[in-house]
Amino acid sequence: MLALIARDIALARSQGGGLGAALGFILSVLVLVPLALGPDQALLQRLAPGIMWLSLLLSVLLTADRMFQQDYEDGSLDVMMMGHLPFEVVTLTKALAHWLTVSLPLAVIAPPLGLMLNLDIRQLPLLGLSMIAGSLALTMVASIGGAVTAGLRRGGLLSSLLILPLYVPVLIFGVAVTTSGTGADHSIPALTVLLAIAVISVVIAPWASAAALKAYLR
Amino acid sequence: MQQFANPTQFLKIANVVIPWTWIMTALLFAVGLYGALVTSPADYQQGETVRIIYVHVPAASLALIIYIAMAIFSAIAIIFRHPLADAAAKSAAPIGAVYCFLALATGSFWGKPMWGTWWVWDARLTSMFVLMLLYLGYIAVWHSIDEPHRAAAIARIVAIVGAINVPIVKFSVDWWNTLHQPASIIKLGGPSIDPSMLWPLLTMMTAYGFLFLTLHLTSVRSEIAARKLRQARLQDIGAADGL
Repeated sequence: MLALIARDIALARSQGGGLGAALGFILSVLVLVPLALGPDQALLQRLAPGIMWLSLLLSVLLTADRMFQQDYEDGSLDVMMMGHLPFEVVTLTKALAHWLTVSLPLAVIAPPLGLMLNLDIRQLPLLGLSMIAGSLALTMVASIGGAVTAGLRRGGLLSSLLILPLYVPVLIFGVAVTTSGTGADHSIPALTVLLAIAVISVVIAPWASAAALKAYLR
Repeated sequence: MQQFANPTQFLKIANVVIPWTWIMTALLFAVGLYGALVTSPADYQQGETVRIIYVHVPAASLALIIYIAMAIFSAIAIIFRHPLADAAAKSAAPIGAVYCFLALATGSFWGKPMWGTWWVWDARLTSMFVLMLLYLGYIAVWHSIDEPHRAAAIARIVAIVGAINVPIVKFSVDWWNTLHQPASIIKLGGPSIDPSMLWPLLTMMTAYGFLFLTLHLTSVRSEIAARKLRQARLQDIGAADGL
């Protein structure tokens, strides 16, 4: 399992792509938002956490369909399915590798970028914490979408349609951490719910994506 | 349940049952609509617009129940390899999506005079909208994967994972106290709605249920026919190639 993580991370590094493109995506959202909404500082400050969450969510979504597709196309997944590891562990590992290479770095980089949208600096640690917890859930849910559309030529749109409804709770509680008022009393409940969602998704997603991939590999 | 596993057996029963469920549907709608539009009183606050409840609530409840049914059919397909369960889940989805749309549309017509707005991002409205998206996603899976067995396997997972949303819709009005009113029929201490309004509402719910049953049986029947047709075509091609 560790070898598999190492392999995926090495692959992601050598190919680049994923993280760089996603980061570019976040940056372009960052430029477009003030252009679309007007450069009103007070308005931007109120919207900043939501916009950062939205751009994190969409950039994870954009990288989702590559999670299994390449390995499906070149046959590596067939080998992994026949290996001695339970296939659910394989999908969990691949999702974790995606989290480590794409979502987690994004979740760490995104909050400071929010300062460009006049984000309240006191919210910065909270936003960072919530994004790190949320990014795990985002990756796990995205892995279901990636697995369901692995064998499809144009799976991107379908996987967004399937994943976005499942992102709703993550987004609600993620944004609630920073908008429900300042101070630990208000944000800790939302943060714990967010952690719970992340943990549940770690349990459910590998099972679902393994089942979906098996349908393609049969 | 196993006796329905045989498609021929199912067809035999369905052919007998379908005319009767049509009759039941017509009767229930006649009685329910009479009760809803004529005998039930207007609300003291909402006036005549309260009658929207008789088309709105049944559509919304049935949309939820149909999704649960779809998830259960999918689970049966995974666990028992039941040959008709996939067809049943597949046929239920479009009907559920239409009910869901009906609930959203009538809710919107009701919201304009009562809340002063067509749409609010209230917890129940949002989660109902998400339910609609889940239905559409499920249907899209069937349409975008050509090979039927593979499509069935993927669709099962999508249906079951999406079922997480159902309890969120059901309890959203109790958890988040927002604009939409909380449950008034099924709750602790009995329904808080007057009997003169309750019976037309329940009749309409049963009518919607029977309409679903009729359409669903018909749809499963045509699904079986489509399978047979596909099989026959494949055999024809095989025969033409001399196999």
